[in-house]
Amino acid sequence: MSDALLTVDHLNVGFATKAGIVQAATDITFEIYPGEVLAVVGESGSGKSVTALALMRLHPDNTIVTGDVRFEGRDLLNMSDREMRATRGNDIAMIFQDPMTAMNPVFAVGDQIVETIRVHDSSVSKQEAWTKSVDLLKLVGVPEPKQRASQYPHEYSGGMRQRAMIAMAIANDPKLLIADEPTTALDVTVQAQVMEVLNEVQAETGSAMMLITHDLGLVAGSADRVQVMYASRLMETGTIDQIFYESQNPYTMALLDSIPDLDGLKEQLEPIPGNPPSLLNPPSGCAFRPRCAFAADVCAAEVPVRVRVGDQHESRCARTHELETLVGVTS
Amino acid sequence: MTAATTPFDSGALSETDAGEPLLRIRDLVKEFPIRAGVFRRQVGAVKAVSGVSLDLYPHETLGIVGESGCGKSTLGRSLLRLVEPTSGSVLFGSEDVTTASKGRLRELRSDLQMVFQDPYASLNPRLPIRDIIGEPMVIHGVPKAEARERVGELLKRVGLLPEHGNRYPHEFSGGQRQRVGIARSLALRPKVIILDEPVSALDVSIQAQVLNLLDEIQDEHNLSFMFIAHDLSVVRHTSDRVAVMYLGRIVEVADKDALYENPAHPYTQSLLSAVPVADPRRERSRQRIILQGDVPSPANPPSGCRFHSRCPVVQDKCRTDVPELADIGVGHQVSCHFPLQTGETLLHRLNELGRKAFISSKS
Repeated sequence: MSDALLTVDHLNVGFATKAGIVQAATDITFEIYPGEVLAVVGESGSGKSVTALALMRLHPDNTIVTGDVRFEGRDLLNMSDREMRATRGNDIAMIFQDPMTAMNPVFAVGDQIVETIRVHDSSVSKQEAWTKSVDLLKLVGVPEPKQRASQYPHEYSGGMRQRAMIAMAIANDPKLLIADEPTTALDVTVQAQVMEVLNEVQAETGSAMMLITHDLGLVAGSADRVQVMYASRLMETGTIDQIFYESQNPYTMALLDSIPDLDGLKEQLEPIPGNPPSLLNPPSGCAFRPRCAFAADVCAAEVPVRVRVGDQHESRCARTHELETLVGVTS
Repeated sequence: MTAATTPFDSGALSETDAGEPLLRIRDLVKEFPIRAGVFRRQVGAVKAVSGVSLDLYPHETLGIVGESGCGKSTLGRSLLRLVEPTSGSVLFGSEDVTTASKGRLRELRSDLQMVFQDPYASLNPRLPIRDIIGEPMVIHGVPKAEARERVGELLKRVGLLPEHGNRYPHEFSGGQRQRVGIARSLALRPKVIILDEPVSALDVSIQAQVLNLLDEIQDEHNLSFMFIAHDLSVVRHTSDRVAVMYLGRIVEVADKDALYENPAHPYTQSLLSAVPVADPRRERSRQRIILQGDVPSPANPPSGCRFHSRCPVVQDKCRTDVPELADIGVGHQVSCHFPLQTGETLLHRLNELGRKAFISSKS
């Protein structure tokens, strides 16, 4: 495999609150390679968005971030604010869930794209940048891009706004796109349109993408590799086929068993008992232990380490090597 | 739920075999006025529900699916007159809910209950949940001692502890709050519960808990559910029959297997084709029809068939004539001038018409 574009090494993100430190992301280690789509899945509060915000340095002030994040060898966490600004929106661009809050309501969409281009390259004239923003809107499938470029975000529908945000994100040909729940606010037929645009743009520009979502269906349709997060930690990492068909982690397995399928093949859903733990006061050892069908004493003793279970496949479970027999017994 | 226990699965059963409908909705219309100017004169109307007719049978779950703005929630709310329907009737047994007096409506609501999407917004934050669950009984004059006992039973039934009764909604997680909402809806031993997106605010791992709970209480209390949701996988799992809505109209109704396996309306097929499936191999081999454009505004719906502006296989007649909801099989109704035949896909139809649509495939 070629050199990683982004390496994240033992990243920890905590929020200082009155009640204590909320550990939102713990011991996060992963790489993103050029051109690949890495999906990060997890339920709300699992730490997937926090991880993305921390590596873009967009986190709030009360945040404690430790670890090492490198983009093409450059240290993102310790570079100056000026360098970071030059990287953000240029080498790494972000697409947010809600374009209404991510876009400036008082500027026309085209002007906002012009700004994105010229802030990173002042040699581009306004005229050129405007032409480019119209082209970009056309590329992402906004109809009548010339007229639409002069309109304001509120004049766009939800799906169109998300397309415009994609246009803005790819304006400077980023090497890495971070898409945080890019279609969660959209209806299913519009979601299909936007994912299509996103996948096309990603394939065409050859940029890598980190796709953050809670929707396992989207992951199955778009990703090359998947990371599953639970209670601030990475539980399992692998190719989509490894995660969906050869999972080696009890949480991933339970999650896949609990979702209803479109074919109606599952007669009974297998819910995961209990609730996700509080990050202020997480359980000892493995955070999934209180809800896990295979929990044993060893799981309470210490946090399980990441174990390599196959080529590109890692899982965090103290009983990894017994799991195959355990699953056979209970099912 | 197994195929043998759901009344409509065999296909051989006609609707009458399932007994008389419990709820008969006929030509239900709900329009919200749009007012403008100094005199707040009405300048138009949002046609949220436009002539919906449906039956709900005893002990069945009728799923209502559609995208946001299709009128599915307004439909649910207007059945209980949480919004007043503009016209049409809702017969509960032989009684019309839409013309019932205020006092009578209150009595009817003990039989017709509702569970809302957002358990954060639908529970009074200043009341302990004992009172939230007990309030319907107080209103309906259930003696205090009996009410107290029943609250305890209900808490236990939905998987909460009796001591939870003293706590306030903010002390609970989303899943637990939804359990409180379900307990409240059961307090008066209703016959029908309208569930408006009951699990869409919940995390994936919690959804299955609540869906299984609903399944159990339906069997225990012989309840009829109207299950309103946008998640087609969840609806297939929970429902016996499914109605698909688009811009205020029912476009297709059928028993769930017929609807998911042989969708006859182009909208139903496109909707199903747009749903991502948590199965990478299938996603790779799938051809997906991608509908163009957005859902038009319900304030100014397209003429003729309301889907015509986005339909990939639209024909001239669709732009002018409104299609009726017509039978195409046992219990299978579709509102389309040119419904897709069994086994016919949109791709076939597109080829036949010599047209191209936006088709996406991974391979």
